[in-house]
Amino acid sequence: MDVRFINPFLEGTVSVLKTMAFIEPRPGKPYLKKDSLAKGDISGIIGLTGNVRGSLALSFSQGCILKIVSNMLGEEMNEINGDIKDAVGEITNMVSGVARKKLESMGLVLSAAIPTVVSGKDHSVIHVLGGPSIIIPFEIDAGPFVVDVCLK
Amino acid sequence: MVDKKIKILVVDDFATMRKVIRNLLKQIGYDNVIEAENGQVAFRTLKSQKVDFVISDWNMPTMSGLELLRAIRADQELSKTPFLMVTAEALKENVVEAVKAGVNNYIVKPFTAEVLEEKIAKITDSL
Repeated sequence: MDVRFINPFLEGTVSVLKTMAFIEPRPGKPYLKKDSLAKGDISGIIGLTGNVRGSLALSFSQGCILKIVSNMLGEEMNEINGDIKDAVGEITNMVSGVARKKLESMGLVLSAAIPTVVSGKDHSVIHVLGGPSIIIPFEIDAGPFVVDVCLK
Repeated sequence: MVDKKIKILVVDDFATMRKVIRNLLKQIGYDNVIEAENGQVAFRTLKSQKVDFVISDWNMPTMSGLELLRAIRADQELSKTPFLMVTAEALKENVVEAVKAGVNNYIVKPFTAEVLEEKIAKITDSL
């Protein structure tokens, strides 16, 4: 995967969470992921097509997503429920949108599908192209999450 | 001067996003808000009660924001309804399509209450 693709997704993630959840996530060092096991407790996955193809996934630990959605809605969320699953889909959609706008300025036009949300212990994130993918790890006080992107 | 008592219809297939927009509207003084989960439900709502302003997501199953906008503009009774499109993708071709269909303005997710207020005011001031 072209490393130029990493920054738009990193910046998109920070922008979405800062604006919608008033949280500034701290990025870690990106690395290559070769298996399909999700890094978190709940994941949003969105397919991407256009000048390049692939998929984007955001995978959140439970504590992390509960804090994010609590901030977004202005009410305390205590468990992974329909509202949380909805929010994961929407966050994934927004990160995809911001990243695709940045990729457009690099000459790459992409469209996105409607996101899917999966959750549960040991759930899988299976990329459209199979993998491997690039993981951008993030941390907030309430727990970690990752951006998992596979584009060619 | 913007009338904050206007009735606003928020259309989005994600309930969370409808809640977020409702909260943002409340922050800027708009309390008279109703919701619809897709364009089809939104259009039925518009035909059954007076709505002063529509804020609609672009990408929705059953009937998209663009399809809803076209239906509104084609309806004699509803054609002048102010319409703010919400999109996660401000790609040039989408903006052009929305303008051709008669959108008043668009707002790109993520956005703050201040940006939302600005966009609503720009539309209502121009009416």
